[in-house]
Amino acid sequence: MSGILVVLEHRGGAYNRMSWEALAAGQQIASASGQPLSAAIVGNDLEALSGELASKKLDKGYRVEHALLKDYTADGYVLALEQLVKKLEPEFVVLPHTYQVRDFAPRLAARFGQVLLADLIGLRKDGDNFVFVRQLFQGKLNADYRHPGSRPCFLSVQAGAFRAESLEAGSASVESFAPQLDASSIRSKPDAPFREAAQTVDLGSAPIIVSVGRGIKEQDNLPMVEELAQALGGEIAASRPICDNGWLPMERQVGSSGQTVSPKLYLAIGISGAIQHLVGMKGSKTVVAINKDENAPIFEVADYGIVGDLFDIVPALTEAVKKAKGA
Amino acid sequence: MKIIVAIKQVPVRDSNLRIDASGHWIDEDDLSYEINEPDAYALEEALQLKEKHGGEVVALLAGPERGSQTIREALAKGADRAIHIECDDLASLDTLGIANRLAAAIKDEKADLILTGLQSDDLGLGQTGVVLAELLGIPHATIIMQVEAASGSIKVKRELEDGWFQHVEMPLPALLTIQSGISKLRYATLMGIKKAKTKEVRRVSAGDLPQAAAATVTIERVYLPEKKKETQLIDGSPKEAAAKLVEKLKFEVRVI
Repeated sequence: MSGILVVLEHRGGAYNRMSWEALAAGQQIASASGQPLSAAIVGNDLEALSGELASKKLDKGYRVEHALLKDYTADGYVLALEQLVKKLEPEFVVLPHTYQVRDFAPRLAARFGQVLLADLIGLRKDGDNFVFVRQLFQGKLNADYRHPGSRPCFLSVQAGAFRAESLEAGSASVESFAPQLDASSIRSKPDAPFREAAQTVDLGSAPIIVSVGRGIKEQDNLPMVEELAQALGGEIAASRPICDNGWLPMERQVGSSGQTVSPKLYLAIGISGAIQHLVGMKGSKTVVAINKDENAPIFEVADYGIVGDLFDIVPALTEAVKKAKGA
Repeated sequence: MKIIVAIKQVPVRDSNLRIDASGHWIDEDDLSYEINEPDAYALEEALQLKEKHGGEVVALLAGPERGSQTIREALAKGADRAIHIECDDLASLDTLGIANRLAAAIKDEKADLILTGLQSDDLGLGQTGVVLAELLGIPHATIIMQVEAASGSIKVKRELEDGWFQHVEMPLPALLTIQSGISKLRYATLMGIKKAKTKEVRRVSAGDLPQAAAATVTIERVYLPEKKKETQLIDGSPKEAAAKLVEKLKFEVRVI
């Protein structure tokens, strides 16, 4: 067994950006281990996507094509990729840690008696082997993992952990791979993806966002934060639990399942900073965190922090902002 | 409809975590434990499906003796009975090892539906459910926001990224991983707590289950993450801290 196989994701005729980050991780393993790198896309009629793939630095590209792969199903993807992995016998299989990968990759790995080392934030060569870094306890701790024994080793990489900009260009041949599939082995029937009601708030373009999390404790405490947002002239947003509780509409949710934002100022109030939230806001120019727990992961991405009780600090901050603005 | 809900016990949210002397894991001695939050939503969904369609809800947990408390709470909320795989060696197993135990303990139950949370708050690998489906040879779907059961099949709403969703239909038996916030969690009633004491808990010793293969991945070291940014911590009374922060926002960040 040798080589690295990266599985890229696409939707609506375009690559998911995280695919290129996974390819960057694959290039890193390839150059550290001196092994060949290949990449695969899965679907039906992938001609249009293969041009972009051929422009990257890799040894070989594969179009895994079948009419039954037109729409994503876990069964279809597992069966098709199982056949490709058996043919190529790679040492590493690298995937972007997307919702789709979370759906099929653990099952694919299990077919090879393996587990998926999921959601990696880093990796490094150490001796003859690699150390893989992932987060535990919602980002409060990091762990170094090893996968010393059998192969292949299945890895998925976290959004933003590897830089798509560092991807090296090149030219590769892309060949077609036709897996054996039959309709009866695909048990689920997917409908077309859809969006709920049109979004009326575009947090993506807001220059100032005041965002609130579990620390606010009760819906009745929200006006305090709304008042601060108003004083700053910003939009109010929230982490997932607040929207799950229906305290704010879903469209104000920031994070992997909500909106991705990059304002000039992101003020995180009572938000611990679970990774699902951080991926939606870590592109912000300036992050301010107010939290009672000095070890909360939000402080890892904060430029300014106040450790303390938000119920004391937020009203004081609102007053101070109003005063500074002369209102 | 017979529904099995796989639940995990994890340290309570906001626990003060300390790394143990070996540096391989956390010090578990002074921690309190609770049900993994996404699993609480899986249990809630199972109870609601039972209320609609009848049948039975069976809670399934693998872990040491302290897991009994989480099982009792599930029974108090309305699960009909429970299966407790008693084991102290969870930390030495990987996902495949744990899923193997879960599969072996429930293979004769012939459940119509198996639910679990989309991921655990401690390891966060998010794959035990999917691997369990593979071992049982049944279809699965992940990150589910809604479940509609018909006879012999279900239709579910999967969450995709960036506010997209998708409906998927599949035959039963099937396994679903449930997203947090799918519905409102119920509290146990006094009556429920009383009844829980008389409900059956089948205890399975891990030693009686087929030996799982050795873990393919191992944790070598656990440590505090390095800061990505230099955070300027602002101290003082709330009033002083607020005034200092506003100065920064005005002159350094320039948003006021």
